[in-house]
Formats: sequence, C-alpha cells, structure tokens
Amino acid sequence: MVTEAISESRTGGDFWDGVRLSMPVVVASAPFAILFGAIAVDNGFSVLEAFLMSALIFGGASQMVGIELFGQHVAPWLIVLSIFAVNFRHVLYSAGIGRRIAHWPLLQQALGYFILTDPQFAVAEARAVSGKPVGFVWYLGLGLPVYVFWVIESGLGAVFGKLIPDTHALGIDFLLPIYFLGLVLGFRKRPLWLPVVAASAAASIIAYKTVGSPWHVSIGAVAGVLLAVILPPHHSGIGERP
Amino acid sequence: MSTTFWIILAGAIATYLTRVGGHLVISRFENIHPRVEAGLNAVPAAVLTTLVAPAVLGAGPAEWAALVVTALVSLRGGLMSMFLAGAAVLIIARQFVG
Repeated sequence: MVTEAISESRTGGDFWDGVRLSMPVVVASAPFAILFGAIAVDNGFSVLEAFLMSALIFGGASQMVGIELFGQHVAPWLIVLSIFAVNFRHVLYSAGIGRRIAHWPLLQQALGYFILTDPQFAVAEARAVSGKPVGFVWYLGLGLPVYVFWVIESGLGAVFGKLIPDTHALGIDFLLPIYFLGLVLGFRKRPLWLPVVAASAAASIIAYKTVGSPWHVSIGAVAGVLLAVILPPHHSGIGERP
Repeated sequence: MSTTFWIILAGAIATYLTRVGGHLVISRFENIHPRVEAGLNAVPAAVLTTLVAPAVLGAGPAEWAALVVTALVSLRGGLMSMFLAGAAVLIIARQFVG
C-alpha cells in the first residue's frame, strides 16, 4: 500500500512537470490557433468544421495550408495530399521518438503519436537525452494542455474572427509566410541547411510558375531532400561519430 | 456529410499516418542507410521553404520589409519574438504602402 501511494504521488508530479513545460508552447501557439479559426471561416469553413479540423488534425501549418487551398477551390484529394505533404516531417519525429516510448502499452503509444507535434517531439527528445525516462503521464502532461487550448482557441477564432474588420491592413493574409520563414530559420543550424533551402526555394518557385499550386510544395520539398540524399553523407554530419 | 467534413477526416488520417508511420517503418530495420538519414534530416527545411518562397516572389515592399526584419530578429530571438516583429513591421508598412 505504501509503495502504491508513493508511485501514485510520483505519477501526479510527473504530470504537472509536463504541464509546466507545456506552458510556453500554449502561449506561443495561441495567436496561430485564433488566426486559424479566423482564416478558416474567411475561406468558407463553418465554425464547427474549423473546430473539428483542429481537434482531428492538430497540426497548425498543415491546417493553414489546407484551408488556404480550400479557399482557392483546389480539388479535395489535392488538399488532403497537401496536408499529408506538409505533415510528412512528422515521419522523422515518429522514427526518433519511437525508441523512447516503445515500452508503453499499445493504446498509450497510439495516443502518444496522435499528439506528436514539433514542440512535443523537441521537449520529449531533450528529456530522453538528459537521461530521464519519458513516461506516458509526463508526456500527456506536456501534450494535453497544448491540445485543449489549440482546439478551444481555434473555435474562438472561428466565432470572433468575423469581428476583425480589415484583414489586409492587419496583415493576416501574409502572417503565415512570416511564421513559416521563422520555422525555416529555426532549423538553420542543421548541416546542409542553406543548400537545401536554396534548392527547395528555386524548385518550388519554378514549379509554382509552371505546374502550379499546390504541387510546388511537393516538388520543392523533393528537390531539397534529393540534394541531401545525393551529396555524400558526411556533408549532412552523418557518420562522423566512430 | 459535407465535402469539407470528408476533407478534414481524410486529412486527419493522413496526418496520423505521418505521426505513427516513421516509427512503424524504422522499427522494421536494424540500420538506416546514411543517405536516407540525410534525406530525412533535410525534410523540415525543404518542406517549409516551399511554403515561403513563392509568396516572397509575389510580395511587395511591405511584405519584403517584414520578412527582412523577421530574418534579422531570428538571429537572436525565438520563434515568437521573430513572428511578432515581422507582423508588426508588416502592419505598419501596409499603412503606408497599402
């Protein structure tokens, strides 16, 4: 009984440790959740649909791309493919975090992968590298507040976004490229970053002018990835360690 | 059910596949080829760049000013501060340039 009580209080502590770490993410993602709701309604989504998209997809960049293409009346299958293309980076996170959470029960793993966002991966991976265990309760404490606030704020943005009078003056149509540029620059310390960015930028612009949207995303991405694959692996900082 | 609903549902399934797929594939292999690893490492920069580049090309002075400030702030600040700085410059510049 004593052991049970101790492990229970530890579990609670783990949860709140995770919640504390989630707070910066909750604050930073709030404007984007509200912005998503507002743009979604602006592009023809109902409030319920904006809410559902946040609850079921839970991936900011892909949701923004999805509603942008929806507003341009792109074919539904292309919208889904574009969401998949934008979220394809999660394959990386999934492969990385799998080593840390493979010992969880299957249902917990299934839920863990559902809330695997960029910050979720970064914070969990940092904890694993520091030698601490990545437990389900801690992981849930980190991810659950981000999810709950994301969904609620998306709904709020959808309802109150109509009150924003002049979206052009407020720059809402160009906030996303700024946000994405910020994300691109956040990866700038990775090996081969500049060549990959240059290749992807050139290929996506050419594809945008010739083939058209949204193929420029996939074509540009493939160009950058192929460059990294073709160059000898030591350029990517791989195989340097003995 | 509306077309929008099915887009959301299919998008959700596609997204979940990316979140669980990497683990499912990697756990089948003992070792990852270095070139595959290099390619995977390049994915975030490669994909996100394609969301910026065409927009930059079609933009005007107000947008360019905002992007330059965003890039400069990124050298010191975090994602949030660079986003707020870029957004502020964009809103101010648009009052003058339109």
